[in-house]
Amino acid sequence: MTRINSPAELEKVRKGILSNRDPKKPCITLCSGSACQATGSGEVAASLEAEIEKQGLGDKVAIRKTGCHGFCERGPIIVNHPAESAYFQIAPEDAPEIVAGAVKDDAVVERLLYTDPDTKEKITYESEIPFYKHQQRLVFGSNGSIDPKSIDDYLAIGGYAALEKALFQMNPDQVLEEVTKSNLRGRGGGGFPAGRKWAESRNAPGDEKYVIVNADEGDPGAYMDRSLLEGNPHSVLEGLMIGAFAIGCREGYIYVRQEYPLAVENLTTAIQQAEEYGFLGKNILGSGFDFSIIVHRGAGAFVCGESSALMTALEGRAGEPRPKYVHTAIKGVWDNPSVLNNVETWANVPLIINKGADWFTQIGTERSKGTKIFSLVGKITNTGLVEVPMGMTLRDIIFKIGGGIPGGKKFKAVQTGGPSGGCIPENLLDLEVGFDELTKAGSMMGSGGMIVMDEDTCMVDVARYFIDFLTDESCGKCVPCREGLRQMLKVLTRITEGKGSDGDIELLEELSVVAKEASLCALGTSAPNPFLSTVRYFRDEYEAHIKEQRCPALSCKELITYHIDPDKCQACMICFRKCPVEAVDGAKKKIHVIDQEKCTKCGTCFEVCPSRFSAVQKISGEPLPPPIPEEKRTITRKSKAK
Amino acid sequence: MDIDRVDQIIDKHQGEASALIQVLLDIQTENHWLPQEALERISEKLQVSLARIQHIATFYKAFSLVPKGRHEIHICMGTACHVRGAPRVLDTVQDLTGIKPGETDLDMKFSLETVNCLGCCALGPVVEIDGKTHGKIAPGETADVLKSYE
Repeated sequence: MTRINSPAELEKVRKGILSNRDPKKPCITLCSGSACQATGSGEVAASLEAEIEKQGLGDKVAIRKTGCHGFCERGPIIVNHPAESAYFQIAPEDAPEIVAGAVKDDAVVERLLYTDPDTKEKITYESEIPFYKHQQRLVFGSNGSIDPKSIDDYLAIGGYAALEKALFQMNPDQVLEEVTKSNLRGRGGGGFPAGRKWAESRNAPGDEKYVIVNADEGDPGAYMDRSLLEGNPHSVLEGLMIGAFAIGCREGYIYVRQEYPLAVENLTTAIQQAEEYGFLGKNILGSGFDFSIIVHRGAGAFVCGESSALMTALEGRAGEPRPKYVHTAIKGVWDNPSVLNNVETWANVPLIINKGADWFTQIGTERSKGTKIFSLVGKITNTGLVEVPMGMTLRDIIFKIGGGIPGGKKFKAVQTGGPSGGCIPENLLDLEVGFDELTKAGSMMGSGGMIVMDEDTCMVDVARYFIDFLTDESCGKCVPCREGLRQMLKVLTRITEGKGSDGDIELLEELSVVAKEASLCALGTSAPNPFLSTVRYFRDEYEAHIKEQRCPALSCKELITYHIDPDKCQACMICFRKCPVEAVDGAKKKIHVIDQEKCTKCGTCFEVCPSRFSAVQKISGEPLPPPIPEEKRTITRKSKAK
Repeated sequence: MDIDRVDQIIDKHQGEASALIQVLLDIQTENHWLPQEALERISEKLQVSLARIQHIATFYKAFSLVPKGRHEIHICMGTACHVRGAPRVLDTVQDLTGIKPGETDLDMKFSLETVNCLGCCALGPVVEIDGKTHGKIAPGETADVLKSYE
């Protein structure tokens, strides 16, 4: 790689890369993000490579390992280029057909195409599959077509053009103005306007200023930042460089969780390649602008997602937040002005510079511009990452893109915003997603986790789950959070165990007010949200637990009993054999009975009982039916007697 | 752990005090826990008090001050896994191994940890053992999975 010293040289390099590539040459792109690797994309890649070799197609077919395509439910995913046909749930055994098919014009292996669950028709192209059709993938779209370990791939799709534009056609003030005008709001949680933060740092006194990528994605059920870093690291780097130029920084940090090893690896490679080409280092592209980036791995603390805690961690100390009456944009890392934005926020910057704020503000709602990536998970048919314009309704996201709830179950709520967010009930499904809309409904945008819950999910248990999470993650610095959450957890646990008493809801509300008002950082002030939103929309569930010792969702272990309906049991022996604690009594042709003394309520019998029998039931809030007399337990099968 | 190796890791980070967490992470990754001798060496070379190192080693979740078992079980307790039945998987694994999260059994065979999200939500509930992902796991299947580890 040679260092690029001017915009003209950059264009020359770009043209060189493109001229060496034949757009007509078949290329099999395989999703190699973390989620697909868990379903075996590594093995698929190996068998594809072996097969290409075996069929002697080494110079005719290329294979490219890309980042996450988003449709994790159906991974590993393959998209053939230039034919664009897409295959799902690929196994290593499929390699011979895929490779043989790739050299054909249409590149279609019928069997591996997506089948529409409604029409049962095969769909050839990703863009026509309902999951993708309703998305607008501006930030996330390139993930599926480039190899994240190749800077040339990024340059081939026009990468670093925005950096070049900022450095040579604009001055820092113009860049800042463009970002401010775009009304880009922080994608990590609060939705603070990025332009305002940047301006504050730019105008702050001091020579040493920093830009920081917050990649401490800690919300359980959210992994869009990981997918961006793994799949398109240069887009984040480019955004950071442009920000540094606008604010006047020479150094940037990326704070990334060490639990994301592939993201760390791809980022490190990307930085190295960018340095070799001269996008990082001294006198970038000959513009006189100097900038370097350091990767700091986070050692596992949820609170480090909070800006001041993250900055403390960057200094090599325990990540505890501090009061922010002086903003971190003025006094951040080592008391120097520091601008911290989330991964997705930075990745939006090159788009805004390339296409302009006017283009960006056409997308979205009045106060929330652009698109947002959500991680759509939980009790949903199409689990995956989806990017939609702000303003799309929750109903469209969950039902049109997500395909609704699996197993014919009924939708109950969607939890957004991670542990600081809240649960939104069915009657608000037509809510348009946007920063202010979600906050008004008692939840928040957060980083974009969207956890769908069905009728089997207990809302009291969900609140208890999040408060448990936050109690564990509270750094312990301030009392309302450290002690208040612990008390809230105690009360919530007691309710889910059927030991709640009158006044518990009011007590929780009181504790919530204190935590909200008096905690030091956003972890504490937003911690009561999971409780407050569930009690706001599902108060009847709390009351059922407290007053009737009943869990309406049949989920809280202490409040349910497993029972085998003697009229339905066919003595098939499945639950008898599968029960891990031998609590099922029975034999062939002898109706099974659960020994309640031995039962650990693991639910295995309930899951394995064939659905055509559905003999195992969960009972809550009512007494167990009297045991069936021993003499009536023998089944005589009339049909077989013939 | 070999003290020379500890020195190498410290040198790789230019011996700067601000790199303390990065040094500890490298040692944790390589050795799976942080032995006292290593911490003392770091304290001496980086000129950081042992108290501050202890603070960091106990504050962040990635660090362990005790040795780990031969196999590390991570049970995902992320929200998506939670609503899909992760607590029942955890209960079963606890019963089978006789250890609670954060513990290692007496034979040093298994260490059990809960994690807050592995980001494979399509596969929930997920159990990861020694880096291998076992997805869509039911409580009744955990015994068979654990049996395959010696």
